[in-house]
Amino acid sequence: MVKQLSVFLENSKGRLASMTRALGDAGIDLLALSIADTTSFGILRAIVDDTDKAMAVLKEAGYTVNTTEVLAVLVPDSPGGLAGVLGLLNDAHVNVEYLYSFVRKAQGNALILFKVDRVSEAARVLHEAGIQMLDQPEIIAL
Amino acid sequence: MENRIWDPIHECMDPEQRRQLQLNRLKMTVARCYALQAPYRAKMDAAGVKPEDIQTLEDIALLPFNTKQDLRDHYPKGYFAADQADMVRIHSTSGTTGNPVIMGYTHKDLDVWQECMARALTSVGADQTSVVQVSYGYGLFTGGLGAHDGAQRIGALVIPTSGGNTHRQVQLMHDMGTTHLCCTPSYALYLAEAIEASPYSLEEFKLRVGLFGAEAWSEDMRAELEKRLNIKARDIYGLTEVTGPSVSMQCLEGVGMHVQEDHFYPEIIDPDTLKPLPDGQVGELVFSTISKEGVPLLRYRTRDLCSLTRGTCVCGRTTVRMSRILGRTDDMLIIRGVNVFPTQIESALLNLGMEPNYMITVDRINNLDQMQVEVEMSDAMFSDEMRQVEAVENRIRKEIENIIGISFKLKLCEPKSLPRFEGKSKRVKDLRKR
Repeated sequence: MVKQLSVFLENSKGRLASMTRALGDAGIDLLALSIADTTSFGILRAIVDDTDKAMAVLKEAGYTVNTTEVLAVLVPDSPGGLAGVLGLLNDAHVNVEYLYSFVRKAQGNALILFKVDRVSEAARVLHEAGIQMLDQPEIIAL
Repeated sequence: MENRIWDPIHECMDPEQRRQLQLNRLKMTVARCYALQAPYRAKMDAAGVKPEDIQTLEDIALLPFNTKQDLRDHYPKGYFAADQADMVRIHSTSGTTGNPVIMGYTHKDLDVWQECMARALTSVGADQTSVVQVSYGYGLFTGGLGAHDGAQRIGALVIPTSGGNTHRQVQLMHDMGTTHLCCTPSYALYLAEAIEASPYSLEEFKLRVGLFGAEAWSEDMRAELEKRLNIKARDIYGLTEVTGPSVSMQCLEGVGMHVQEDHFYPEIIDPDTLKPLPDGQVGELVFSTISKEGVPLLRYRTRDLCSLTRGTCVCGRTTVRMSRILGRTDDMLIIRGVNVFPTQIESALLNLGMEPNYMITVDRINNLDQMQVEVEMSDAMFSDEMRQVEAVENRIRKEIENIIGISFKLKLCEPKSLPRFEGKSKRVKDLRKR
């Protein structure tokens, strides 16, 4: 399992720039990133190389931040690859809240981050189906 | 805290006896204004009223009103009713919306004001052993010097911090053992945040009572300040045109503000028909100063909305009590025909357990009034899941809509991103008035 950082972003000019600048100045590397937004606010989700430090830096800068456990799943990079993984989770009655993909490939597979409602159940199902997942040190080492 | 009364003769006077005193003083003031205040004499002449027509307190209804606009039109000294040689100080309103209003005080006027402030401070348990921190701005604004002079009068130790420099405010409050804090409720909330962020724990402070005024605030805000600062929060009322803070003040009982009615005669009128309203009914507060020399004002329309209650208080005072100010006719926003007061938003946020920091922006788009309310996000409200945050957003919107009765646009902002106020708060931007 991987720790994801979530940041509340007010929908106003320059907020994303100044947030990423704060992380950059602290020498924190963004490994994966997704933004969900409405007309009035946005939620940034990110995997970084040093979650605790990133938390501290953003809190100090006045941001609302929390962390969530997500699964980093190696999905076969071929047509139907993602559908297969989602099918397994669906069969196990695990709901996917959202997902987004890693920029870099891992071992020839696509690396996709899943936020699900029942994390350990999802991990068990995928593991039993022979689908590989990465943990935090492995992701940072990519 | 012991219940003490600074001036029992005037504060606990038999109501009938007080009415006689008020009538005598009213007659003198009417004579003074007619003789020395040219703009008001013109008003009385236009209304066909002569000083001798005032024979009972009820006859006050014959007198014309004064408004802020009258004072502005006769800026700076048109309403002065004493020689400049007898004036010893001026105070002034900010003048952000037009000519400022200049009020002059004679020695006796300052003496009366200090007495009223001494009564107010005594009514919330302050005495010569107290440490009174005055965090109202000092200067032309009446808050700072008004509270300062009154605290000095009762022999308390005064800490004249004025507004601003919040870090030093907290340090002095802690190191000097401040027992009574005088400031706006907005600033008190800011100080509470600063104390929470400071290395001190609340138990290390000796703060017991806050005398908060100069802006309208809600009962929910009072509960919030009492909890966050571990004090009794009491409401103090005043306005530059009438004299300054201590025109009325809540005693420790906390049920209504005792009006210093041997000096300031209150009435409640219907702001539309201008007719007097009975006790208990909400309307516009009108004050006549009945002992003032420098700039006496008869029937001054305060624009503040409240009601009056008579009867002896548990504390022993017999003075008439004003309810909390429900809003100012000036602050009241009329949005798509519905009256909205900023304090309603404050109540809604406190009901939700949120910080009562907000900004209201009103604009007219395609001939339709649009209101936006900005509130601050907190860690507890945040989630990585959009639908959770949207659920929070909806809950806030519903709570506010239930209270104000109209729909509006809600904007969630980052924590501590909205302005904090060291003096009077300015939470409304009405772009319709461009």
